[in-house]
Amino acid sequence: MTTKNREPYKQAYYPPVPTRFTRYMRTSLVWQFFRFIIINFKILKLLFKAHKA
Amino acid sequence: MARILILGAGISGHTVARYLNKWLGKAHPITVVSPKPNWNWIPSNIWVGVGEMAEKQVTFPLAPIYNKIGIDFRQASAVSIHPEGGPEHAAPYVTIEYTEPSRAGENDVVEYDYLVNATGPKLNYGATPGLGPEGGYTFSVCTPVHASEANARLQEMIKAMKAGETKTFVIGTGHGMCTCQGAAFEYMYNVDHTLREAGVRDKARLVWISNEYELGDFGMGGVHIHRGGYITNGKVFAESMMVERGMEWITRAHVNKIEPGKIHYELLDGSFNELEFDFSMLIPPFAGVPLKAFDQSGAEITDQIFAPNGFMKVDADYEPKPYEDWGPEDWPKTYQTPKYKNIFAVGIAFAPPHLISKPMKSANGTPINPTPPRTGMPSAAIGKAVAMSIRDMVHGASQPTHTASMANIGAACVASTGSHIFKGTAATMTVFPVVPDYDRYPEYGRDMDLTFGEIGLAGHWMKYILHHVFIYQAKMRPGWAILPD
Repeated sequence: MTTKNREPYKQAYYPPVPTRFTRYMRTSLVWQFFRFIIINFKILKLLFKAHKA
Repeated sequence: MARILILGAGISGHTVARYLNKWLGKAHPITVVSPKPNWNWIPSNIWVGVGEMAEKQVTFPLAPIYNKIGIDFRQASAVSIHPEGGPEHAAPYVTIEYTEPSRAGENDVVEYDYLVNATGPKLNYGATPGLGPEGGYTFSVCTPVHASEANARLQEMIKAMKAGETKTFVIGTGHGMCTCQGAAFEYMYNVDHTLREAGVRDKARLVWISNEYELGDFGMGGVHIHRGGYITNGKVFAESMMVERGMEWITRAHVNKIEPGKIHYELLDGSFNELEFDFSMLIPPFAGVPLKAFDQSGAEITDQIFAPNGFMKVDADYEPKPYEDWGPEDWPKTYQTPKYKNIFAVGIAFAPPHLISKPMKSANGTPINPTPPRTGMPSAAIGKAVAMSIRDMVHGASQPTHTASMANIGAACVASTGSHIFKGTAATMTVFPVVPDYDRYPEYGRDMDLTFGEIGLAGHWMKYILHHVFIYQAKMRPGWAILPD
């Protein structure tokens, strides 16, 4: 059973929950293709900084 | 001619082996000792654990690779280190016991000029009664075989739920001092995804249990990221994902005993609690593998070389000090042992100076805090740095020439949250540095430009591609050395 535990002051009441649009963007092929390039770029930056260090 | 001996052929040890082979060729013989015949791309064991991949997709035999490049591969466990030689050997040596079926139980001696301890963790299921798949009541995804067994049980659960039963799944860490929360987190979301795909998610209660003070700690003291116009702690995002997927969570927990269908745990507030379950995957705590060390006369010097947790002491500051006095300089740089300049420990095998997360004790005095993670990227970076140092020392350098302090390197982790080419997602997270440095980065301890996190299909594509890339690299296929580690 999925916990429908949204009563006040309970655990599930406070954290942010993604909107439908946010969830859609997570699997939008066009947007995720763009994010794929950005994420790879960020990881390469990280590797490059580690190399320099 | 220098003889190089590497104990362990995991992510770190195999990295040392292939780079040293590339740089030194056959002029300096390399021996690799590892108890298992296969290399394992451990991050993908999660997918074996939910039936997305088979064991053979995450492993390959090492012997053919090593034979091809002239590395002497011994399928054996290392038993003892003799860094000063011994009564019958002038040169330093290691004793090994073969695990290869044709020679199982036979002992042997391997002399060395340089030794790399890359033995990784002992999966210390024994630390919690009832933990683990061998004699216990919980499953594991730490090895491909264990992950297969977990999937078999998961499929039984799915079958039962399809017949109308409800089941409780408990996933997390099986002791108050575990690390590897990320792997458990990843497995939990893949189980959720699998249950949804099977149409039975509404029949399942999913509960996370871990020793983190708050969700999102992952053994690194948590992380802050830029998101939506704010700098937010990862706890918020981790909890968000839990609520989004309808999961419950218990943190600050030390699992102290497991009985069939029941987990006993202590919380930081000192209370003792129980949680019933039908399926549970709990990561075990890690210890060093049980290696002993002896000096030239045969006297045992194990406690000089190894920390009490069994990990090998290297160039870290092991002086006990309060959390407030911890700093990036405490962490090792060259991974060379202080007394024996020709011995190094890499990957999980080196002894961290202390935790990264703040140490916490329950009201009863029980330590309940994550221990430091050594994930794939830092493990490979450490292995490569040590390989470069040994190469240079073989060629005449008097000391290590390369460093890879965890306070000066980053890590990228891609945690799958469900596998599917168009509907899958993963949480991609980078941190720089792994160990927070509040001298350089006063506000959050980390470079906020290089520390980020996001969830999406792109992450899943990355994880899937990296699975193939890293196995290609580990098999030393053409061009492997230009691929990033």
